[in-house]
Amino acid sequence: MTTNTQNLSTGTSTARRVAVRAVPKRRKSEVGLLSVLGQIALLVWALIILGPILWTLLASFKNNTEIFGSAWSLPTTLRWANYSRAWSQAHVGTYFINSVIVVALSTFGTMLFGSMAAYVLARYKFIGNRTIYYFFIAGLAFPVFLALSPLFFVVKQTGTLPLVGQFIGLNTRGGLILVYIAYSLPFTVFFMAAFFKTLPTSVAEAAVIDGASHTMLFFRVMLPMARSGLVSIGIFNIVGQWAQYNIPVVLMSDTTDKSKWVLTQGIADISVQAGYHSDWPALFAALILSILPMIAIYAVFQRQIQSGLTAGAVK
Amino acid sequence: MRHGRYPFVAGFLTIPVVLYVLYVIWPYAQAFFYAFTDWHGISAKQNFIGFANFTKLFHDKVFWKAVEHNIMLLLALPLITVAIALFLSFMLNQGGRSRSGATAGIWGSKVYRVVFFLPQVLALAVIAVLFQQILRPDNYGAINSIVQGLGFGSIGFLTNPTIAMWTIIGVLVWQSVGFYVVLFSAGMANIPSDIYEAAEIDGATRITLFFKVTLPLLFDTVQVAGVYLGIAAFDAFALVNILSVDNGGPDGATTVLANEIYRNAFVYSRFGYASAMGVVLFVLTLTFAILTLRLTRRESIEY
Repeated sequence: MTTNTQNLSTGTSTARRVAVRAVPKRRKSEVGLLSVLGQIALLVWALIILGPILWTLLASFKNNTEIFGSAWSLPTTLRWANYSRAWSQAHVGTYFINSVIVVALSTFGTMLFGSMAAYVLARYKFIGNRTIYYFFIAGLAFPVFLALSPLFFVVKQTGTLPLVGQFIGLNTRGGLILVYIAYSLPFTVFFMAAFFKTLPTSVAEAAVIDGASHTMLFFRVMLPMARSGLVSIGIFNIVGQWAQYNIPVVLMSDTTDKSKWVLTQGIADISVQAGYHSDWPALFAALILSILPMIAIYAVFQRQIQSGLTAGAVK
Repeated sequence: MRHGRYPFVAGFLTIPVVLYVLYVIWPYAQAFFYAFTDWHGISAKQNFIGFANFTKLFHDKVFWKAVEHNIMLLLALPLITVAIALFLSFMLNQGGRSRSGATAGIWGSKVYRVVFFLPQVLALAVIAVLFQQILRPDNYGAINSIVQGLGFGSIGFLTNPTIAMWTIIGVLVWQSVGFYVVLFSAGMANIPSDIYEAAEIDGATRITLFFKVTLPLLFDTVQVAGVYLGIAAFDAFALVNILSVDNGGPDGATTVLANEIYRNAFVYSRFGYASAMGVVLFVLTLTFAILTLRLTRRESIEY
């Protein structure tokens, strides 16, 4: 029996080899041509992606005369002063730190509250479970622009609350963090609920027999088990919240005090200001300062980032 | 396990639900109400004016321009992006020379994938500022300096009303393609190689392979890509707001609904009118989502 199957399989592979050898030569040249064309296309697209970034990197070391001299010439020296001007005078430093604070706290909040809600909705039966679940999912269907004007007034109102108001009103990082968390919940709940459903029940049951409370079970057993899902959705939220522009432009509209602004609106503002102060080198340096950290992080975690961002699309 | 279950469930749900209702549900509900009022934001009271905002929208030329541009984005962005991404990912995965019958990926495909995906980690606002400089109409811009060097007149990428919208679409394509290359590549890697081998033995060329094997087996992923890009086409705010001349100009040549909602609400304080536009945007988004899912539904191929 065994010899028979072996014979059979060797037979097919020999047949295949013969067939491959029999492929006419003309096909080979067609493949070669296509492969060359493919190589060229890939190279061209890579240049289209990298070209603008490299050009900006060059410009960030130039002075105004060089920028308005020849667009593609190399800078005569590396003018690091452009970077220090961008960081302090153009406030990129402030914007950058604000973005880091806001995204760090809002992603943490999103992950914590999102997975808490998702866990309860995925693994506990109670009245109203489905209603609350679909309530969260419904948020995916609405364009954020529909909510923006009422949202502005909601945040303005919360700013008048006693004690906490000053931390969560308009033009505060706290308000922005809470709004980011709220708008990230639908997808996070959707994704994490599906993830918690796939986790085996046996481990949870064992932990309960050992006397774990519901809360302990969640933090000690279920969250660690859901780590790969948390990493994916975490990356998804970090990238999304870091890039957010619509919400800060509306909620942080105070142009007299830009000390709480985040990087995206800050960069847009520097671009407008560069025209008035004609400090173009600082604008290019500011651009590089906001691009390079992302490239560095991406270079290190590119595999996780790719799978994290595409996780939403693959069911 | 039953012990203390309801307090636990309530405890875990309270904060997320409160945040969600306060900042998401409540504003959405209000928006539908404000769409039927003349609210200007300053007065505490607003008058109910029925469908007046919507009839005004119907006669608003700028609004129709915005709708037109959104539809243009909706058609062009998925088509162009998916076409380029499919071509590039097919080259990455099957573009290489045959190696003992099996088609191999092209040399350096890993590096290409990393480079293509890169714009995805950059904020659209940053990309907008970047391209503002790249596409400058004078010869200090990266592209127009080359165009002028070749002896042509410089191109008004953002100042010429007939091409400004295409510039916006081009920048969006620049950012999006890499994401879909990674997505499609993952899908293509899942297609068993013996299907390709069998087709090759039957004498299929690479082009037939692509249209007869890869594309049908990848259809579900392409459909997802279409929905994603379609939803992105309804936003584009950061790009239009920062990159275009005069926030959606020249003379409304690049404006989109999101931009008009923002302008009407936060520049002119016409919150009622902006909310009515928001409702239209919502209806358009929902119609698009339902239509694509309905029209493209078909038997998926198991393999």
